[in-house]
Amino acid sequence: MVMPTEQEHPQKAFGWAARDSSGVLSPFNFSRRETGEKDVTFKVLYCGICHSDLHMVKNEWGFSTYPLVPGHEIVGEVTQVGSNVQKYKVGDRVGVGCMVGACRSCGSCTDHLENYCPKQILTYGAKYYDGTTTYGGYSNIMVADEHFIVRIPDNLPLDAAAPLLCAGITTYSPLRYFGLDKPGMHVGVVGLGGLGHVAVKFAKAMGVKVTVISTSPNKEEEAVKHLGADSFLVSRDQDQMQAAIGTMDGIIDTVSAQHPLLPLIGLLKSHGKLVMVGAPEKPLELPVFPLLTGRKMVAGSGIGGMKETQEMIDFAAKHNITADIEVIPIDYLNTAMERLVKADVRYRFVIDIGNTLKASS
Amino acid sequence: MAKSPEEEHPHKVFGWAATDSSGSLSPFHFSRRENADDDVTIKVLYCGVCHSDLHSVKNDWGITNYPIVPGHEIVGVVTKTGKNVTKFKEGDRVGVGVIVGSCNTCDSCQQDLENYCPKVIFTYNSHYHDKTKTYGGYSDMIVVDHHYVLRFPDNLPSDSGAPLLCAGITVYSPMKYYGMTEPGKHLGVAGLGGLGHIAVKIGKAFGLKVTVISTSPAKEDEAINRLGADSFLVSTDPAQLKAAMGTMDYIIDTVSAVHALAPLIGLLKLNGKLVTLGLPNKPLELPIFPLVLGRKLVGGSDFGGIKETQEMLDFCAKHNITSEIELIKMDYINTAMERLAKADVRYRFVIDVGNSLTR
Repeated sequence: MVMPTEQEHPQKAFGWAARDSSGVLSPFNFSRRETGEKDVTFKVLYCGICHSDLHMVKNEWGFSTYPLVPGHEIVGEVTQVGSNVQKYKVGDRVGVGCMVGACRSCGSCTDHLENYCPKQILTYGAKYYDGTTTYGGYSNIMVADEHFIVRIPDNLPLDAAAPLLCAGITTYSPLRYFGLDKPGMHVGVVGLGGLGHVAVKFAKAMGVKVTVISTSPNKEEEAVKHLGADSFLVSRDQDQMQAAIGTMDGIIDTVSAQHPLLPLIGLLKSHGKLVMVGAPEKPLELPVFPLLTGRKMVAGSGIGGMKETQEMIDFAAKHNITADIEVIPIDYLNTAMERLVKADVRYRFVIDIGNTLKASS
Repeated sequence: MAKSPEEEHPHKVFGWAATDSSGSLSPFHFSRRENADDDVTIKVLYCGVCHSDLHSVKNDWGITNYPIVPGHEIVGVVTKTGKNVTKFKEGDRVGVGVIVGSCNTCDSCQQDLENYCPKVIFTYNSHYHDKTKTYGGYSDMIVVDHHYVLRFPDNLPSDSGAPLLCAGITVYSPMKYYGMTEPGKHLGVAGLGGLGHIAVKIGKAFGLKVTVISTSPAKEDEAINRLGADSFLVSTDPAQLKAAMGTMDYIIDTVSAVHALAPLIGLLKLNGKLVTLGLPNKPLELPIFPLVLGRKLVGGSDFGGIKETQEMLDFCAKHNITSEIELIKMDYINTAMERLAKADVRYRFVIDVGNSLTR
């Protein structure tokens, strides 16, 4: 007989879960494991709402299991550490991102690329080493192996830092890996949402000239005045796109809907790189001629390893980079999800778990 | 009134040209410019038949300006040099590849990447600085600016070395640029034709393990026993594909027809690189999820600059890499083109221009 979720583990926990692919979330009682010798337990204060959470509650990728407690942009304060924990103590400000486990011995893991480990364990909706389901940060407490915890420096506000744990690393990693971080380079950012707005901030901090490429002309003022982008390109405007042909060293494409690659490839200089961090479900058309005649490339990138995630947080702290957020109480969650479908948020919802998530009696 | 091709320039030249999109070639009289101070005049001995020649004579890409004299894998002997030319002298064996001019001032040209110059002048079907048409190597002589002439190393045979001037550089350049040169790493070569067979040889010379990926099981024996590939994968066999998933560090994709990229991307390891070199006339389908989940990339590449082409020739000479060829006479060219359309050649036709191009 399957153990009810409340009794599976010794520490009581509560959160909000989706029960089926309608994606509607509601209060959910469950439990978390005892703090093991390498574990860190923390009281969750805030959790960012990532578009992946929306994809998962609705089972859009086909591998969701219910009940599903989403949330992988989780921050809080340490309440307990295991006997072998070296790096953290009670009271520390910490976070957990998209993963809570990996094999720790394969080539990817030894290269600090746990995100590419074939046995990577996602923060929610996956199976932990002990066979139990992982539950994410729309909950009051988290227990995670020290290796998958990051420290949040004191000068970063916890709520606005939470989205960095997914959106931040997802855009920081490819800027570094594909060498689009050299001062004086010109990088385009397609899509101004959770990922896009953070990509602009990181690229600017790296000394890169940034052009936001968007279908929405009304985002221009914020992009330029508030986020610091150098220019703005309306992708439906043929004249603007024509004038920008062959001007970019790289493009970070955050758009997950189906969209044409041809105009973006045209914006690249020769030897330029188009990096996809949004993941459209269906294949896109790849025009081969311009790829060859300009020696251009299209690549993908997904989150980042733990070492780089900490590096990214430290970089953000040094440059005072946080996400632009709308803090919401937990019971606004379903409305927030509906607004997220319509991209109606500037630019990330963050749930005020600490103040609004109370156990149901 | 525009001058006829025969009258345009002072030197009479004979070659074979296509005059319409049937692609059928026939004898053609034209002329070439006087050998200027920077020029080298070359008597053509051999010219490789590149698949691009076929695309061009049939106007597959919609950019052919008839009459067209194809041929950009040209090997010959210097007969005259202009007074500014110091690198070559009469009697030298030389090659001419895909380009005969560029702007010389842009960033690409300054970085020895003339092949990416926006004003690049192709050996055929372009217009030269003097606005006249360029004609390629299916002809008895050619006049070329010395910067675009390659020195042919002594131990490289003229006939089987000719295809290196396009096929060779087209695979060598991306292998260097995309870092496909670490000994012990695993290279997949998709398509075993003019480009593919040379990629296998160059891959082995770099110390790579090489797997040929092909739709034709009949090619396995040659791939392994003649070309030196380590293994062979029939891409239409789902079981073989599955077993090879995530095993390749790099793939050179030489297939020029429209084809599926998803299975090739699946063969790549994490951080794997797929470079596609063929020029289909429609876009390909690119699945994004596997790129994101595996930080993989799909890139393009277009032959190479002059400096790198020379480097490639010297590399091939050092490693005794030549093309596997079928030597043909000029008047066999139309049959050769028909066979090429069916990929019926092991693995490059080379026209024996010197001995068979007679007026």
